[in-house]
Amino acid sequence: MARLAWDARAFTILAAMWVRVGWSYRTSFVVLTLSTLVISGVDFVAIVVMFANVDALGGFGLGQIGFLYGATAVCLGLADLAVGNVQRLGRRVRLGTFDAMMVRPVGVFAQMCADEFAFRRVGRIAQGAAVLAWSLSVVDVDWGPARLAMLVSMLVCGAAIFLGLFVLGATFQFVSGDASEVANAFTYGGNTMTQYPLTIYPTEVVKALTFLVPVAFVNWYPALFILDVPDPFGLPDWLRFAAPVAALLLCTLAALAWRTGVRHYRSTGS
Amino acid sequence: MLYVAVALSSFRRYSTYTAATLAGIFTNSVFGVIISFSYIAVWKENPGAGGYDVTDALTYCWLAQAMIMTIAIWNGGTTDDVAERIRTGDVAIDLYRPVSFLGWFLAGDLGRAAYHLLTRGVAPTVVGALLFDLHFPGSPLTYLAFLVSVALGVVVSFSIRMLVATSAFWLLDQSGLLTLSSVFAMFFSGLVVPLVLFPEPFRSVVLALPWSAFVQVPIDIWLGQRHGAGVLGGLAFQAGWGAVLLLACAGLLRLADRRVVVQGG
Repeated sequence: MARLAWDARAFTILAAMWVRVGWSYRTSFVVLTLSTLVISGVDFVAIVVMFANVDALGGFGLGQIGFLYGATAVCLGLADLAVGNVQRLGRRVRLGTFDAMMVRPVGVFAQMCADEFAFRRVGRIAQGAAVLAWSLSVVDVDWGPARLAMLVSMLVCGAAIFLGLFVLGATFQFVSGDASEVANAFTYGGNTMTQYPLTIYPTEVVKALTFLVPVAFVNWYPALFILDVPDPFGLPDWLRFAAPVAALLLCTLAALAWRTGVRHYRSTGS
Repeated sequence: MLYVAVALSSFRRYSTYTAATLAGIFTNSVFGVIISFSYIAVWKENPGAGGYDVTDALTYCWLAQAMIMTIAIWNGGTTDDVAERIRTGDVAIDLYRPVSFLGWFLAGDLGRAAYHLLTRGVAPTVVGALLFDLHFPGSPLTYLAFLVSVALGVVVSFSIRMLVATSAFWLLDQSGLLTLSSVFAMFFSGLVVPLVLFPEPFRSVVLALPWSAFVQVPIDIWLGQRHGAGVLGGLAFQAGWGAVLLLACAGLLRLADRRVVVQGG
């Protein structure tokens, strides 16, 4: 426990240092943050362009899709900000800088996340939050304490699910450093997939997204509860409240995989 | 001959990263599947959207995935080397080689594109054809026109990337401009959503911009949306933008050549 606290403290100090480093090139910092915001917004503009041709996608209107889109964007943004840098594992192993981290008196994971901490990633969170806020102003929600709690839980658990996927993807790079792009299919792919109502996918895909790669819990099941929509696939109602379980399972799996990866890591080179 | 040799070596250089290529194909295919379902939903609501039917739309989706690396929509390619060589000063060597600077790097980029077309272009298309019902041209002439169009798309993309790369002569930090140019390329090429879906008057504007040469024009040739004189019109549009932008590159390089003192000199 003390170790965990120490790692968290080290993460904060290192990350704060990298924010100061970024801030010393102010123009670049602002331009990069704004471009992150614009880049992640491109997807939503694409959906708006689609809606110039249709009134609904998979039975959902633009406002409801905005809710799904905003929620998954904020969750991915939070996870990316916190642990997105673990994706660089393959490069670090290749360059040998991963070895340097192992001899420092701070956990490797905390160092991986904090090193070159990219504060510009708040751009994505801001963009997602803006779409989410807009969607909440256009859709009718019968707000009560239960729905408010679900909104908060959705963002926390969704971020945790993406966090688990980032870490699992990075762990895969212990096996194959060159194949780092495979992880993108699950993280960014999971994000793109959940930007749309799952009704556009076949039932088997939705089951896979529920029980196999649980990105459906990021926004879909919580959204069914918040927007008060009956499950179009007729899956059990308790799934709406199962996001914390999915997040916990995935993160535990990711933590175990990461530990195994680090334990069995052998340096590159001769 | 020299340029052919450059292109061939570049082809071989890129072909060494097999694991990365396989991983990329996997990821392109996953995104292809996701986007396919979103297009199916759009064309279910509006079966004639943008003048496409659902088969055209799905074909568009998979060919667009095939174009990502071939055209180097998200930057990359030999122009990345140029930016790096400008930063390190190595560009001085490139500038006084007895061959054309642009020709040298363009040949390299075409060699890279050929490798990416054969791997990251063909493989996702095959995956898409196995999973969904796609449109394949009936006439070999259409395939030929498509290939020419893709090559011209690479030229246009190369010149835009080269314009951004040469800005490194003046700008210390390029990352902002690089990001901005990839946003433009991603959106205005028709990668995220077919340009034909844009409502007028935006549609006419985005179709006239150089980025439409990346994805929209080649795919319209493949789909037969452009036929006869339309094909030639599309190719001429790409060649026109290619020529204008290459001239702009040449002009910028001359300016750089005259004004810039390489660091360390």
